[in-house]
Amino acid sequence: MFNRSFSISRLPGFTTIAILVFVMLYLPIAMLVVFSFNSGTSVAIWEGFTLEWYPRAWANEQVKDATIRSLIIASTASVIATIVATMAALATTRRKQTRGQTFVYILINQPLMVPEIVTAVALLIFFASIKVATGYQGLGYLITAHAAFCIPFAYLPIRARLEGMDLTLETAAADLYATPWQTFRYVTLPLVMPGAIAGLMLAFVTSLDDVVITLFVKSAGQDTLPTYMLAQIRRAVTTEVNAISTLLLGLTVIMLTAFFLLTRKRN
Amino acid sequence: MKKMLTAVAVLLAGTTLASAEGELQLFNWGDYTSPELLAKFEAETGIKVTVTDYDSNDTALAKIEAGGGGYDLVVPSANYVPIYVEKGLIQKLDLSKLSNHGNIAPEWMDVTWDPGRTFTIPWQWGSTGIAVNSDAYSGDINTSAIFLDPPPELVGKVNVAPEMNDILSLALMYVGGEACTEDTEVLKKARDVLVAAKPSWLSMDYGMTEKLAANDVVASTYWNGAVFRARLKNDKVKYGYPKEGFPLWMDSVALLSDAKNVEEAYKFLDFIMVPENAAMVSAFARYANGISGSDAFMPEDMKDAPEILIPDEFKSAGHFLPTCSAKAQEYYTAIWTELQK
Amino acid sequence: MSTDSDRLERQRNRNGWLLSTPALVLLAFGATGPLLIMFVYSFLEPGKYGNVIWEFSTKAWFNVFVQRDIFDGTLSPADAHLTILWRSVKLSLMTTIFTFIVGFPTAWFIATRPPRMRTLLLFLITIPFWTNLLIRTFAINQIIRNEGLLNTLLLKLGIINEPLLIIYSDFAVFIGMTYVYLPLMVLPLFASIDRFDMRLVEAGYDLYASRWQVLKRVIVPIVKPGIISGSILVFIPSLGAYVTPRILGGGRNMMIGNFIELQFGQGRNWPLGAALSVILLLIVAVALVVYVRFANRGDSNV
Repeated sequence: MFNRSFSISRLPGFTTIAILVFVMLYLPIAMLVVFSFNSGTSVAIWEGFTLEWYPRAWANEQVKDATIRSLIIASTASVIATIVATMAALATTRRKQTRGQTFVYILINQPLMVPEIVTAVALLIFFASIKVATGYQGLGYLITAHAAFCIPFAYLPIRARLEGMDLTLETAAADLYATPWQTFRYVTLPLVMPGAIAGLMLAFVTSLDDVVITLFVKSAGQDTLPTYMLAQIRRAVTTEVNAISTLLLGLTVIMLTAFFLLTRKRN
Repeated sequence: MKKMLTAVAVLLAGTTLASAEGELQLFNWGDYTSPELLAKFEAETGIKVTVTDYDSNDTALAKIEAGGGGYDLVVPSANYVPIYVEKGLIQKLDLSKLSNHGNIAPEWMDVTWDPGRTFTIPWQWGSTGIAVNSDAYSGDINTSAIFLDPPPELVGKVNVAPEMNDILSLALMYVGGEACTEDTEVLKKARDVLVAAKPSWLSMDYGMTEKLAANDVVASTYWNGAVFRARLKNDKVKYGYPKEGFPLWMDSVALLSDAKNVEEAYKFLDFIMVPENAAMVSAFARYANGISGSDAFMPEDMKDAPEILIPDEFKSAGHFLPTCSAKAQEYYTAIWTELQK
Repeated sequence: MSTDSDRLERQRNRNGWLLSTPALVLLAFGATGPLLIMFVYSFLEPGKYGNVIWEFSTKAWFNVFVQRDIFDGTLSPADAHLTILWRSVKLSLMTTIFTFIVGFPTAWFIATRPPRMRTLLLFLITIPFWTNLLIRTFAINQIIRNEGLLNTLLLKLGIINEPLLIIYSDFAVFIGMTYVYLPLMVLPLFASIDRFDMRLVEAGYDLYASRWQVLKRVIVPIVKPGIISGSILVFIPSLGAYVTPRILGGGRNMMIGNFIELQFGQGRNWPLGAALSVILLLIVAVALVVYVRFANRGDSNV
């Protein structure tokens, strides 16, 4: 009995494929890290080992500002997107299918449906008129735009999680005179959480990657790391940019490891 | 932590707060502005320049036209300057505030796109030519045939930079026409040449400085300064000036009509016309500037670089691209679409 | 049903719209609302230097389907648009299918690990994507280029004699998009597999169902929501992909995203770009409705 179920979780070939996938995922990243220590300026020809790009990248104020700005936008926008997407997913998954719901579903996924450049030009026109009218040119526009196109990325994993979720638990909680808030906090939320985390991560990386919309929406002095790099595309990626990416990667790994260790302790 | 929070607050507030005390917003091509130049300017005047990047003339124009971006200065290419003027997006300069205006080299003073230099101040100029690795091909490289009718050694190895205006202009000059022509016979010839040549191209891509240096690409249409930088890493890379005709370009700094930091902008414009400072501009992106007397301050390796100094025999083949009419633009786009479909 | 659950049901329906409101408002401001501008623009005249002139015109819509030969003025179907659109659809479909083929075993593998390991593997899947898309794409370029890691390795091992010409082809775009969009497939798949009670499979086996039957009757129906959201998340963004075709495809063959960008950029034909966008939006919306309907109908048969 036990042996049999054991074999299910390791369907033949699955493990091999999974391991291969992980290797492939990290190969380009490894290249990037290695070349950040290249003493030449090239990301293609190895010329020797150096650490000089790290202090130099950090001394480049444009790169530093752009990096911090990217992180601020991505974290704010992904949190906003995940919260509203969770609410919307709760609202749309656990009711009878209606015409209105299909409509909401399409609306929520709309940012996925057009190439970025279209949304970008549309937002340029729309936001520029607001900028002229109000005089406000802050990061609010970028955060709004990012949060909006991150919504489907957050929504879909949450919905996948919620779909077909057992409603009896909630009903049971209500039967036991739990308030709606208690039901949500102790029953619904823990069930949604894995989906919400997946959604938050997707939203975060999507925001961090965005080039075209940011390029069109940004005001003076609002370059993010991607727009900074896109503008350099004529000169190709420099070792400096590799160094910054490696630093960000390191930071991510440290943050996630800490998170991982902390949650483990609690368990 | 407090410092971090302040930084976050400043970032969130954007530029509206900061522009009060000695700020200047420069909207420029990516990787085109020397940080040393900005540091020197700040040390001299106390004005902090923030650079925001763009990657194409069209993006910059669309953003400026939409308005509300908070930029003070922009650096359009020559063929875009008349558009900015016609749309009223840039303002006429008060030359009395520019004491160094006389430093503009005579040949760059009365240019077709801005006679008398009343709207724009020269930033950098260069040419679009052909880069070839001499190991791969040792014949004549001063011809557009390198990419329009490649010699057998280069078939399947040529890159073409995806710049519609540059490439179509090169092709039009190759078949004996001129840029922005509306002559359908010439256009048809150019199209046929391009379509026939496309199968022997490797790619249509940017980033050639690296790829030429790494021998990934052995021939490409590209900008002179970028090829110069590739040659410094790989001395097999040679730059050719197509004798059938090649585009020249110049990017110039212009003051936007809705600029907020006008006084600071004038200081900056005057600053970049000082020969020593103009040389700093050139030393970074490796293109020539248009200021007399800057030669003395140029980096040694640029003084006699064949990529920077156009040989006399090819001087007459270089043409500044005009601003195409809507009709010509329509032809261009149609040919370009056919080429890339 | 108890009255309490009735109360809950009614409350749920009432709260339905209310809960969706913040998302819809944000979308109205940051995405869908401004898109209406594009619809309007598709019925205007192109401006001389980009932008639009406010004069009604159906020229853009006409040009989407019919092209007038610029030289002799003859009309013919716009085959350039079709070629580009077909290439985009084909590559996106291939990407979706392939990310599923490798993504499903990966998600399954992750979901069947012990909980702690599971979290770790999930992080491992996403970490590469904290590196910017442009940089990742350039890194892939470094691997598959003619003198890159892959070719050097294969040549040294004697597996090939000539470098494989992968870079600057549709195949390179396919590789790049698979790499870029893989986590968008794995994460939703994981979210639905994770929910899945492994005891059901055991039960299936206990009832002497074959492996195929277990897969079809037990696993697929439960994982289906994950498959649906995963393929949507992969297919639609690949359709409008811009960076990957430009860097790995060498820009020789456009995808629809690049073509629309051309109209808003160097092509200076905003109305045509707008009309093409509306068409793309319609195609995707119709495909989405059909796909979701089809998927849901399957559910009721189980």
